[in-house]
Order: sequence, then structure tokens, then C-alpha cells
Amino acid sequence: MPFIPHTETEISEMLAAIGAPSIDALFDEIPAALRIKSLAGIPDALSEMEVGRLMQARAQQDGRPLNFLGAGAYEHHIPAAVWAIVTRGEFYSAYTPYQAEASQGTLQLLYEYQTMMSSLTGMEVSNASLYDGASALAEACLMAVRAHRKSKSARIVVPSSLNPTYLSVSRAVVEGQNLSFTVLPYESGKGTLQFSKLEALKGEDITAVVIQQPNFFGQMEDVDAITEWAHANNALVIAVVNPLSLALFKPPGEWGTKGVDIVVGDGQPLGVPLSSGGPYFGFMTTRMEHVRQMPGRIIGRTVDLDGKQGFTLTLQAREQHIRRSKATSNICTNQGLLVTAATIHMSLLGAAGLEAVAATSQQQAAKLVDKLARIPGVKVVFDGYRFHEAVLQLPARVSDVLDALAKRNIVGGLDLSKLYPELGNALLVCATEMRTDADLDTYASALADVLERKP
Amino acid sequence: MSNITEPLIFKHSRTGRSAAGQYPQGATAEVPEKFRRRKRAALPEVSELQAVRHFTRLSQLNFSIDTHFYPLGSCTMKYNPRACNAFAMLPEFLGRHPLAPSAVSQGFLSCLYELQEMLKEVTGMKGVSLTPMAGAQGEFAGVAMIRAYHRARNDLQRTEIIVPDAAHGTNPATATMCGCTVVEIPSLANGDIDIEALKGALGPKTAGIMLTNPSTLGVFERRIQEVAKLVHEAGGLLYYDGANLNAILGKVRPGDMGFDVIHMNLHKTFSTPHGGGGPGSGAVGVGQRLLPFLPIPTVGKDGDKYRWLDENDLPQTIGRLSAFMGNAGVLLRAYVYMRMLGREGMHRVAEFSALNANYLLARLKKAGFEAAYPERRASHEFIITMKRQAKELGVNAMDFAKRLLDYGFHAPTTYFPLLVPECLLIEPTETEAKEELDAFVDALIAIQAEAEQDAAKVKGAPYTLPVRRLDDVRAAKQLDLTYGMRSTE
Repeated sequence: MPFIPHTETEISEMLAAIGAPSIDALFDEIPAALRIKSLAGIPDALSEMEVGRLMQARAQQDGRPLNFLGAGAYEHHIPAAVWAIVTRGEFYSAYTPYQAEASQGTLQLLYEYQTMMSSLTGMEVSNASLYDGASALAEACLMAVRAHRKSKSARIVVPSSLNPTYLSVSRAVVEGQNLSFTVLPYESGKGTLQFSKLEALKGEDITAVVIQQPNFFGQMEDVDAITEWAHANNALVIAVVNPLSLALFKPPGEWGTKGVDIVVGDGQPLGVPLSSGGPYFGFMTTRMEHVRQMPGRIIGRTVDLDGKQGFTLTLQAREQHIRRSKATSNICTNQGLLVTAATIHMSLLGAAGLEAVAATSQQQAAKLVDKLARIPGVKVVFDGYRFHEAVLQLPARVSDVLDALAKRNIVGGLDLSKLYPELGNALLVCATEMRTDADLDTYASALADVLERKP
Repeated sequence: MSNITEPLIFKHSRTGRSAAGQYPQGATAEVPEKFRRRKRAALPEVSELQAVRHFTRLSQLNFSIDTHFYPLGSCTMKYNPRACNAFAMLPEFLGRHPLAPSAVSQGFLSCLYELQEMLKEVTGMKGVSLTPMAGAQGEFAGVAMIRAYHRARNDLQRTEIIVPDAAHGTNPATATMCGCTVVEIPSLANGDIDIEALKGALGPKTAGIMLTNPSTLGVFERRIQEVAKLVHEAGGLLYYDGANLNAILGKVRPGDMGFDVIHMNLHKTFSTPHGGGGPGSGAVGVGQRLLPFLPIPTVGKDGDKYRWLDENDLPQTIGRLSAFMGNAGVLLRAYVYMRMLGREGMHRVAEFSALNANYLLARLKKAGFEAAYPERRASHEFIITMKRQAKELGVNAMDFAKRLLDYGFHAPTTYFPLLVPECLLIEPTETEAKEELDAFVDALIAIQAEAEQDAAKVKGAPYTLPVRRLDDVRAAKQLDLTYGMRSTE
């Protein structure tokens, strides 16, 4: 029996100790009418060899297309050591560190992670992670409402250049809690927040302003001015950032004169493979003054009975298992294993390594945009400084172009024509350090060819 | 395990040291002054070996399923088959972008579609969405769907969620998060729900009830059909918390019991790793009434082609809960696990987890430990209470738990559920061998003897772990959450 160690003799001995005639008798408290005979819809068991064959076939069916898609999930080199250590049973098969003495490895690692994320984002404290970047933003909006007691509106201002899925997830998660979102347009030609629309809200009660940097289009927002405006108008600021980009760019803790209040984002670029969409992890950092409003696990350093350094879950009075219906969030577990990956990844690359990865990604993306913009009919939509993504306008329907590219084993980017219809045939492309110059040429010639054939 | 320690990684750091082979060389970015980072982040500067050794040593400070018996009640710490990890981490699945067109995603989508179908079958539900990223998010999705259902019928006063006092803390927290009020009802002395109290709580404001069955008290709710009838007659819906699905897999289905919505903890019942606290996966299943409200995306099948179903297919959906489609890699692991168990393997999970739990309970009762519900069958877990030891010897459940660590066993869940004093909630799971259970019983007997002879010894435990008991009060009062925050080291 797969994964079950019992011998016939042991089963008899155990039933005798229980005083039950059969295993079936152990279910005699379940009303007979409810008992089922078999699960006809479940296929027969497969051996490890057979299931391996099946999964290999499924994987090969999808192949390994050349990827130019980002939009919130980015392909980066991950040192081999990262996942070799992450999948050690002692990390992989442990649970939430409720028994601190038996979980010092996980706890110390999380403390190191909190230190690294605080420094990377320029903030004072970090939690031990949330589910993903989108749900982290939802939690940040709820946290802002709790933290900003003077604001009565529970109104969150977001730019339309924010990743649209982050906004949908936030709407879905806070739906029962009377928050409202005011979406401000981006400036055409620039792809960044239209500042005059923000200024028009002067004097109104706003709980928080959300800024994504770089934004969904890959463009850089004027974060200092927005942060200053928000604070001058008594609103908190929530930054949504790509953590890798912070190796190059000013951390949110330094935006404006006093820095933002809450920072969230998806930690995926720090050692987590694309893996078809997850598991990734969301991160959240803040200022010390808001720590008791922060959701999720938080690890603290303390001492044991002998005065020796040790690590433990702390500030648990915020959490559901203590506070029940009055908790800061219903969140229970976080994304521990992915945080393990990120902590090892950040240690292996260091600040210099992350900077090199970010710079190379930006450089490859810039080259890609140059090459593609030389194709007749292809235009760069937004001016201004960018990180590693850009919006292009195509002279044909984007979905048709992407289908044609997929046939050539290229994932060509994200079709924006439904998300942002005003942009026409718009395509969001990305390149990271993983794309060689030859890859960029492959894409450029395939796109030129596809457009020439008018798909 | 011994009293070893590993310094913080920052202590290994030296300016100018790096694992240079891990990143590209040569590129420099020209960043305008207004965007430029002025001071590098304080990440460690270590060699590759230093990092590998540091994190390997940290791993060795953990108890885990792979190294220790881990009978943490309500968490289903069963063996996580290595094959599930290996096949979910095939390079094609790892390299696949979540938004890649479905033309280059058929293999991945077929796994998810079949997983949805298998989960429908084992729960007796009509539809499944795999997107929730943890049990608590699955709970959120469930209650949000109940709310959406009532709202769609324009029955706007239904905002109360009934929760038994034995419930997991996420249940009331979730209800609040969904904008509902929590009505708590008591459990009877035999562990069943107090039906009279339930009747009193039901009314025109009832949105639904959240139940775990078998409950967190480790017993099956015998009058579940009556509960379902009462709640439905009152116009409410039934939510099934799948925390304990392992106990009944292949034996009885939540859909047949009358539940309208269920979340499953794939990291419990379907053996995906707990990972030191995540990632989980809280897939949700629904009956007919809630089908239109499922969170998106789900996987559909047109002819022999698989595709994502989104708001165009499900216009009444409660929406998206994750940036993409939930914890895809966890879903693949659960899929591999279910295929390896197959039809016959499903009910063996319930059978052998029940056999192990009832055997452990019988042996502990015989050894003089007090069961919280001595007249009841254990489900896949059970509760013993140390209130006698606490009163007579001054040795409480936490002391027993900490001393168990010295004996090489992870502690059971302590002080949950809250209504049983000095409790240990013990869940051995089906993957443990009899000799491991016997050794665990022997350890508890030995600790009992120690407690009777030298209570202080037990109260001072553990002694053999990397640290002794930690000062939690100091941790909360003198917050030290990042290196460099407090000390001048």
C-alpha cells in the first residue's frame, strides 16, 4: 500500500488493542446512509514510474518556449544551491514554528529574511510573508484603514497604471469591508499617473494612495512628488514594488521626505521560478509605528532560560488563533518555503549581485525594445525612463500575433488590448538577464515575419 | 540534534566578498538621480559555500516530518512523497509563465482540470476552483460565495455566520473579514453540536454555518443530517472546513452530508508540503447553488482543448484571489499524489489514519491518560487532557509537549481547541508505523513518571534542543525584529 507501513499482523494487533472487530468498525459513528462504497470517478493508482512517465509527457507537451512575458512574474537565474537547500526535508516538511525550540532553523531564517526585506525596501520592519503580491496589496489596504484612525473614508486612491489584477484581487478581498477605490488615469504618451487628477482630490478624505514602481507598463512614476502630495493631504502611502528593482532604485523608505508607510510586492523575482503561476510569496514591510496593525506572522529575537539567543513567533495577539473574530486578518500560514528560497537567493547574490541582475535585465529589455521598434508599424507607446518592460503598439491584432508567435515557440508578451482598450493593439514585453542577444534577434525576426504575413 | 547554534548570516559577511559566479558581469545601469538608490541594501556578502553551509545548518535545527514523528493535531503532518516534488519541478512546469497562451499550456491545464474533477469526486461537490492560496483564503472564498448567493437573491439581511466554539480561529476571523457577524454556539459534553443552541441561533439573519466534521474535538458530528436540514430550512447554507477531510476520505463526502461549500487543505489531506508554514492551497468545492460564484480562474474543457474560465464565463464570480491562478506548483504536487493513491488509496487514507489514532488513544487510555471524549471513537485525531497532572503535579500540557521534544518527538497541538483545558490534540496520520506510535506512548509514560518524581525536571524541558524555553514576553515587549534594530553587535 503506497505510503502506508502496516503489515497484516500489525493491523490485527492494533484492532485488538482498540477492541474493534475491523477497521470498518472505526467508522461506526458515521450514519450508515451517508457512507459511500467507492469513488468511481477516481482512476486506478499509478506507480511512481508510471506517474513520472505521465508527468514527463504532460510537461513535454508544453515544451520550453522562449519567454518575453513579465507582467508581474519574471524569469531570472536561480543559483542551483537555492532549491537544493529549500527542498531539504527539514525545511520542506516542517510546519509553522509553533514549537519554537524545535523550529529554530525556520525561525532564524525568517528573522534574517525580515532583516533583508526591511533593508531592501528601506523600512523598519517586515512580516514573515503573505500569499502573493496581489493579496499583499489587499492586506495593505485593510492595514492602512486600521492604521490611519483619523481618516474616516476608507478610501484608497490607485493609479490605473497599477497591475490591473492587483486591483481586482484587492477589490475581491476587501469586498465585505466597505472600502472604496478611486482609480486615477495615466497620462497618455507617458504611461504614468496624471498628477493633476491627484491634485484635484486636494482636501478630500483619502486613507491611502497606492503607487506601483515601476508601474504595470514598466514606466517609472514620480514617486517623490506623489508621496509628498499624499502626506501633505493626510493620506498614507502604500508602495507596490518589484524587489529586484530596488537594487537599482530608491527604496520606498526614502520616497519623498519621510518615505512611504507600507511597502508590498511579490517576492517571486528573488529566487522563485515562474512555475506556472505559483507558489510565490507576498512581502510587506512598514514603519515601527504600524507594526501592531501588520497582518501575518512576525518573528522576534529573544533569549531562552539560560540567556542564550533564540527566535520565536511574536506579537501573536494580532492573529486569528488568539484574537479570533477580532484578528488583523484571517491569514494563518504564509509562504514559508518561498521565503526560504528568497533568503538563500538574496544571500548568494548579495546587493551587488541583485544590482547586476537588475542592470542586465534593464539593458536586455532596452535592446529588445530597440530591435522591435525598428520593425515597420511597431511603435513604442510611452516615453520616459523604464525598468525591464515596455508597451509596444503593433499594426495587427495582438492576440493573432501572439498565437502566431506561439507556433514558433515564442511567448511574445501580454496582450493589453482588453485591459487597456484605449491603447489599441498594445503589447507588454519584457526581457531579463536570461535573454541573450541571440534570443532578442530570434524574437525580432519572428515578429517581423509574422507581421509581414499579416496574421 | 544538540545544543548547537549557527550565527546570523550577517556575521559571516565581509565587505567585498561575493558568490560572483551567480550573477552576470559587465552591465551597469544609468539611473537618473531622482530614481537612484544611494546606499546598497545591507544584504550579506558571503561566498557560495558560506551560504550553503549556513542554511544547511539552519535546516538541521528544525524538526520535520522527514526527521521526526510530528503528531500535530489538525495539521495532518503525513509523509510528503518526494515524487510529488520531483514531478511538479520538471523544468517545463517551472519555466512556464502563468500567462502563457493556452496553446503552449495544454499539459499543465490538463493536470489542473483532472485535479478539479478528482476533488469534485472525493467531496461530492459540483464544481471546484483551485485558486485560493491557503486554507484561510479558501474559507474566505467560501463565506464570500455564501454572501454573494444571498445578495444575488436580494436577501440582504443574512449577515450572521454561526460558528461552534471548538472551531479553528480562522473561521470567526474569516467571517469578520467577509463583513459578517459571528454567532458562537457551544458543544455538548459528548463533543456533538448543541442542537438546541443551534435552533436558537438560526433565523432570518442566518447566512450560514461553518463546520468542521469530524470536528476539532476529534469526533464525528453524528447529527450532521439534522444540522443540515435545520440550517437549510432557516435559509442558511453550510460551509465545510476541510481541515479534517483526511479522516473521512473515501468514506463519506461533505456534499452527501448536505454541505453547500467546502475548502480543502491540499497541504493536509493531499500531502503537499507544509514548508515551515506555507505554501498551502485551499481549493474550494461548491454544490449547485454556489456554482456561479466560484473564484476565477478555473479550468474548463472545450472538446479536447483546455482553457481558463474567467469573468466572461462566470459573470457572478466573487472574483480573483491571486495574481495568477493560485499556488500552481502545490496543485501539481496534489495531482501527482492523488494519481499515486488512486481509487483504492483514497479510502485507505481515512482507514489507516483512523486506525493509528484509535490505537494511540487506546494505548494512552490504558496507560492512565485521560481522554477528553472517552466514549467516542477517535476520528484521525483525538484529545487527551492533562488537567489532572496540572492540578496534582503542577505539570501542564505545555510541559509534556516540551519534554516530548527531548524524547525526539514533535509535540502535539497544545491548548487547542480552547474549550478543553490542558489539552493535547494528537494526530498521528496514516503514514506512521506502529513502532513509532508505540515509542511515542512509551515516551509519554516515561514523562508521566518523571513528572511524578521530579516535576521541575519536566517543567524545565527541553534540554537537548538548540535553545531552551524562550522568553516570549521579552520577545513581545522588547521587539527585536531585524538584525541591528536593538543591539550594537
